Amino acid sequence: MEYSLWIIATPFVLFLVLGLLGTKLKPNVAGIIGTLGMTLCTVLAYAIAYQYFFQIGKTGEEWTKIIPLNFEWLRFTKQLHIDLGILLDPISVMMLVVITTVSLMVHLYSLGYMKGETGFQRYYSLLSLFSFSMLGLVIATNIFQMYIFWELVGVSSYSLIGFYYTKPLAVAASKKAFIVTRFADLGFLIGILILSFYTKTFDFNLLTSDQAQLVTTSFAGGTFMGLSIAAWAMALIFMGGAGKSAMFPLHIWLPDAMEGPTPVSALIHAATMVVAGVYLVARLFPIYAFATPEVLEMIAFVGAFTALFAAVIAITQTDIKRVLAFSTISQIAYMMVALGVSKYGGHEGLGYMASMFHLFTHAFFKALLFLGAGSVIHAIHSNEVDEMGGLHKYMKVTSITFLIACLAIAGIWPFSGFFSKDEILAAAFHHQPIIFWTLWVVAGLTAFYMFRLYFCIFWNGEHKYDDHHKPHESPWPMALPLIILALFSVFTGFIPFADFVSSDNIPFSTHIDPVVAALSIVVALIGIGIAFVLYFKSSKKPAEMAQSLGIFYQAALHKFYIDEVWMWITQTVVFRHICEPIKWFDRHIVDGSMNGLAWITQKSSASVKGLQSGQVQFYAWIFVAGSILIAALALFL
Amino acid sequence: MDPIVNLIIFICVGVASLVLSFLAASSKSLLRSATYLLLVLICTAGFYLFLNYHFLAAVQISVYAGGVVMLFIFAIFLTSNKGDLLQKHETGKYVAGALTALGGIAVTAFALLKHHFIYGSNATIKGDQEINMKVIGETLMGTEKYQYLLPFEALSLLLLACIIGGILIARKR
Amino acid sequence: MEYYLIISTLMFFIGIYGFITRKNMIAILISLELILNAVEINFAVFNRYLFPGRFEGMFFTLFGIAITAAETAVALAIIINAYRTIGNIDIENLSKMKE
Repeated sequence: MEYSLWIIATPFVLFLVLGLLGTKLKPNVAGIIGTLGMTLCTVLAYAIAYQYFFQIGKTGEEWTKIIPLNFEWLRFTKQLHIDLGILLDPISVMMLVVITTVSLMVHLYSLGYMKGETGFQRYYSLLSLFSFSMLGLVIATNIFQMYIFWELVGVSSYSLIGFYYTKPLAVAASKKAFIVTRFADLGFLIGILILSFYTKTFDFNLLTSDQAQLVTTSFAGGTFMGLSIAAWAMALIFMGGAGKSAMFPLHIWLPDAMEGPTPVSALIHAATMVVAGVYLVARLFPIYAFATPEVLEMIAFVGAFTALFAAVIAITQTDIKRVLAFSTISQIAYMMVALGVSKYGGHEGLGYMASMFHLFTHAFFKALLFLGAGSVIHAIHSNEVDEMGGLHKYMKVTSITFLIACLAIAGIWPFSGFFSKDEILAAAFHHQPIIFWTLWVVAGLTAFYMFRLYFCIFWNGEHKYDDHHKPHESPWPMALPLIILALFSVFTGFIPFADFVSSDNIPFSTHIDPVVAALSIVVALIGIGIAFVLYFKSSKKPAEMAQSLGIFYQAALHKFYIDEVWMWITQTVVFRHICEPIKWFDRHIVDGSMNGLAWITQKSSASVKGLQSGQVQFYAWIFVAGSILIAALALFL
Repeated sequence: MDPIVNLIIFICVGVASLVLSFLAASSKSLLRSATYLLLVLICTAGFYLFLNYHFLAAVQISVYAGGVVMLFIFAIFLTSNKGDLLQKHETGKYVAGALTALGGIAVTAFALLKHHFIYGSNATIKGDQEINMKVIGETLMGTEKYQYLLPFEALSLLLLACIIGGILIARKR
Repeated sequence: MEYYLIISTLMFFIGIYGFITRKNMIAILISLELILNAVEINFAVFNRYLFPGRFEGMFFTLFGIAITAAETAVALAIIINAYRTIGNIDIENLSKMKE
């Protein structure tokens, strides 16, 4: 399996080539090189997946972890060393497939979408960098390698959000994304350090093997503020994951990140990077399950709350991409919940499998939604839902694929979302009724706001467009990925996922729980029905509804003022009451003492420099007088 | 010689050397200064004679008085314009110099008078203690312990270097 | 013996005094000669009175005289050169090595 190295080497080489030589190449050439490179990656990923799942991955009944490559990268001391390597196990192979597929689609799509933009080559080199770091993240063999690529992902996401760096909004959004995730990563880093301090290792295999025995034994009994230290470490690590995966209250960066180019949103902020947090929790799942079940419980509740919260906001938003962004937050929260309610092993680990399954299917249909939205935006040159309507006539392909994605995310049989969402609901059903009913409501809301979007864009009566600015179907590089992803969205649900991915790597069988399935389909249909009534024809009803809901509607429209709360916390509390005194201290004490030193040196040198006159006689006098003085001292003392 | 006469002569030479050296160090005319120096050096030669270092006295007179002072006088002639006197420093410098000198004298004299020297075996000075030339020559050219061939050679090298250096520096460009 | 030493001490410090207070470089050099002369007297005196059987002090004096002569020659050469360059030989004007 040594060729698996190429899967991350290729994007890196592409990044270097396109980044360094990009300006020498014609934009189209650069784009085609990038796309071809990504194609190679995708082929490799499928080859690996085939080989892993059907030839060498299984020993007996269990999926084994294969490490085709591992070397010591930085050695600090005998115990502290950072390795780089490739770890193949079911979830990392699955992620390879997801990332390369979506990335390839986005590459292809961008050929059409980004055509004629300045910085086309830069765009492709950054896409390659992102793919490289994301692939590096999923195949990491140890938590520190993961952290390194984690940060790389953050950087490339930052530069892609700020791709239109002449737009102040985009720049602000990129900074916001970077700072918020960075803040969360601080927690991640501290968590890593605590964890590795006690266990003396970074390695995933050592950390998670034997029911995370290493962690449970090495932490033995230490507590801090009522929680065990292990729980603190794992909670901090989850904080890093929550930052990347936009869990409440660290979700604020994701909606703003929609300022980036739409394909980037599809790749990074829908399908791959934002699920890194889920992946992280899944990767460390045995530790959570055995060592710190209370943190897992917390994850479940945070996830459930975020899912509901984001879904409510998504209903009120009018920017097409923001609706999708909040929908993403909500769906990722779904995955988090699934992990949170899961237990280890066998059928108890249903949530774990469901989470990974949902991650897998969600990546495709959410990428499809984003790309479809991009296609619409490309046609209309606007993000606002109000300026769209009746597009079904003009954009058949986009309309149909968008509908498929909406059905998938709403969880209608036989689209992929139905299967994965159903597993999650089933897992929650067996675990926690409150969480289950929350998720159930969220499922209805999801169906509602997705179809609100769909009807608003493609139906909703007749919208007047300028004659010379008629919306048109997108060119084939954009339409083709839509079709491919639509196929994925339809059929991936039929994969017997539990045969491949499970919490203890031993396949088990799942069946659809009829009660749960019926409930979820019913609620989805209700959501769709309401959306149909309200939005299929343009009418005054939505406005009246909004009016009657009053304050609540306003609050949701303003995203429940979370941004304002953060602004207040940072501006007023942190800046004024913490930073100002520190600044004063820095200016007056730290700088002051340095300046004082400089001042003293200057003054003393100014007074001494008169001595360096070059007058030999003066020197001689000093010398003789000094000698006499010393002699006198030696004599009389 | 009669010790009393000896003492009188010594005191005369001593006092003369001191006065002359002071004049040499403070005279306003350079040429006079050089002349006083010459006289001081001759007085020193007198001290060497008192100490029965006849050879040393001869060297002192021939090298110092004959060579070095000649050089001085030539240099003075070459560098001074007609009739100019020496420039004076500001008074502070004189005071500083005088104070330093007096302080130094005080300290050294104190140490000197307080210290009790242990004299060598036959310390009294007699006429037959003259070191003869043969011994001097052998010591200067020998390689045994307490013989000085190596310093002698080093010195000759140094002198050569000085000659070349002097020529190089002073030659006209 | 102390008389010799007192005389040499006085001569030494007169030399120092001259060295500090004179302005003309040749005058400074003359003061320097006085200092060296005082030191050489000391060598000879110590040799004669404290170690009469040996010659070290005497030879030191001898070498000292030779070195003094050499040094004077070089110093005077420098002074003459300086005079040619800047037109007088006051020490205060010589604060730069290269003109």
